[in-house]
Amino acid sequence: MALIAILAVPLAAALLCWLAPLRRFAWGITVASTWTVFALAVYVSAEVIASKRVVGIPGWFEADGLSALVLVLVGFVCALACVFAGGYMRHSETGRNRLWWFYCNYNLFLFALIFVPALAETNLVWVGVSMVTLFAVLLVGFEQTTNALEAAWKYAVLTIMGSPISLFGFFTLFWAYHSATGSSWETWEGLRGAASSMDPNLLKLSFLLVFVGFGAKSGLAPMHTWLPDAHSQAPTPVCAVLSGVKTTVPLYVILRFLSVILASPAARLGNWMVVLGLISVGIAAFLLIQVRDYKRMFAYSTVEHMGIILTAAGLATQASDFGAVSQMLNHTITKSLCFYVAGIILLILSTREIRSVRGLFRTSPFAASALLLCSLAIAGAPPFPIFLSEFSILSAGVRAGQPTVVAVLATLIVIAFIGIMFHVNRMAFGRPPAPRPAEGLPLSCRFTVLAAAAPVVLLGIYMPPPVQELLQLAARQLGGH
Amino acid sequence: MPTPIPEALNTLSAGLILLSAFAMVATRQVQGVVRFFVIQSVLLAASCFLLGYSRNSVHLWSLGAITIAAKVVTIPWVLRRLLPGDFYERREISQAVNIPSSLLLALLLTVASEFLTGPLVMAARDPVVRVNLPIGLAGILIGAYSLIARREAIPQLIGILAMENGAFFAGVAIAPELPIIAELAVAMDVILIAVVVGLLTRNIQQTHGTTEAGALSELKEDPVAWL
Repeated sequence: MALIAILAVPLAAALLCWLAPLRRFAWGITVASTWTVFALAVYVSAEVIASKRVVGIPGWFEADGLSALVLVLVGFVCALACVFAGGYMRHSETGRNRLWWFYCNYNLFLFALIFVPALAETNLVWVGVSMVTLFAVLLVGFEQTTNALEAAWKYAVLTIMGSPISLFGFFTLFWAYHSATGSSWETWEGLRGAASSMDPNLLKLSFLLVFVGFGAKSGLAPMHTWLPDAHSQAPTPVCAVLSGVKTTVPLYVILRFLSVILASPAARLGNWMVVLGLISVGIAAFLLIQVRDYKRMFAYSTVEHMGIILTAAGLATQASDFGAVSQMLNHTITKSLCFYVAGIILLILSTREIRSVRGLFRTSPFAASALLLCSLAIAGAPPFPIFLSEFSILSAGVRAGQPTVVAVLATLIVIAFIGIMFHVNRMAFGRPPAPRPAEGLPLSCRFTVLAAAAPVVLLGIYMPPPVQELLQLAARQLGGH
Repeated sequence: MPTPIPEALNTLSAGLILLSAFAMVATRQVQGVVRFFVIQSVLLAASCFLLGYSRNSVHLWSLGAITIAAKVVTIPWVLRRLLPGDFYERREISQAVNIPSSLLLALLLTVASEFLTGPLVMAARDPVVRVNLPIGLAGILIGAYSLIARREAIPQLIGILAMENGAFFAGVAIAPELPIIAELAVAMDVILIAVVVGLLTRNIQQTHGTTEAGALSELKEDPVAWL
């Protein structure tokens, strides 16, 4: 029941935001809907921990460990980003009287993000991911500046182009499934059960097509070129959602699909995933060194983390799967924090250039300490959670007998670490170029940064047992041996 | 054994679909590109009806009806509503690649898709798959190519939609039993693509005064001066 409600809430909220008399309260409506969604997602995952599986409509909407994890992440990021938007969007020059439209779109985007992990039926997953892309397009271009529209256009063309390619992949998957089982009812569970009797060539072809199509949507290199543009030009609360969960949701589908492939003894693609993941990490690590815009810096770090998750899932052992899902969790909570911090720096200094941000500690100690905290966390310094999950991935790689992969991955992570800290060091310390009046930050923005920082700090020191259990359930769905 | 008439007509329609994909590559006028897209969609629907008739499949009949409703009626209407009329009279002067070379490349892509699908087609016993799978893939590749080569916004959008047509044409043969609700949802999604990209194009036109998407090139990574 909760699984149906969680889908209905954002749709209803989008409708309310659209109704003319309620447009003034669009923000309030959206805050209510996103927090309800978050609460429901937590409820669903509690149920999943208790009974392994929650059924909304049998065969259509079902949730297991992995989907519950993604649901909670989507709920968490969207809820906080919406609070942040309350203070942030009022400062945006262009769209002040179209805000209702922003929130209406935001609710639809949230709906699409929840729709994908809540599904058990596979063909609708394509529709869900495609909707995620489309609703994000208008949010990216919302500010309607020249650059924002250019970013939105590049994003739209590159990611929507992935849709027909992956549609072909889903058709091929259906073909393989239908000719193996004769059934036209395709669910993730059913696919995994039938994987060994499906034609391995068709299975491989369909996976590659879906990988190309959805890889473009989750920002895996070399299809990542839209990502830094979109993430630097979109309004900051949207960036947090884009980087935190919009990239994770297509990756979730790829991981699900990978678990089907791993269940087929003839179609092994794990090593390919490791190589492709490392390519993403490598490209991002070197691009991180030469960025000039701090929002782009965090965007490249998203490409890096997507690559790390893919590499871990490709290693396909139980330990590396656990590493992959914890990396997913840690990346999402840390990256959304990074973008809130980038947002408050942008509010204070109104520049995106790293070069123009100097001596932030003297201008705004709050923003500077938040920046230092979130960059250490995202770069993977101990004792933050990303350090723990990266470490567990590396040690799982050693145990899986892949020392080369571990060595390459570790080197690239270190390069990325140096890249990020080099820039952040210049931003946080030193003497500001010109004394600027410290602008009062909106209360909602301060609240969001503190609320988003809490789990980042907490999960590094103490992992609550329910979270641990949810991660274990999720890791089991990835099908490692 | 002679080929049954509906199957033979399906082959004819496959050839015409490929031809209309080529025509979309060769047309300069925006209006013309949209028109060829509509023709291609009509042919796609005709294929669905023909195969639906010969196999007695309600699924394929409804898929044809959905295609007509979404791609022949709704999408051109949506684009008309969103964008002013003078949009369509535009001619594209500066393409990244000139038209004869584009056609040659499209031809190469068609040959490539014939080879790529070769092993799969051999495995399939169904003669319709042998026609639809390579042509469908060729449609996807040519659409993707025109997306890259075109500089105007609307032809780029039509490129995406033509890719979708290619995927569908292959899908008619390889996944005809797809649940009807999935097909409806996919059709809704295609309409949504047209709406979103159309809105974005309108915004770009209002801000930039042009719909030449190729002219959007502010954002890129340049080397850092102080490193």
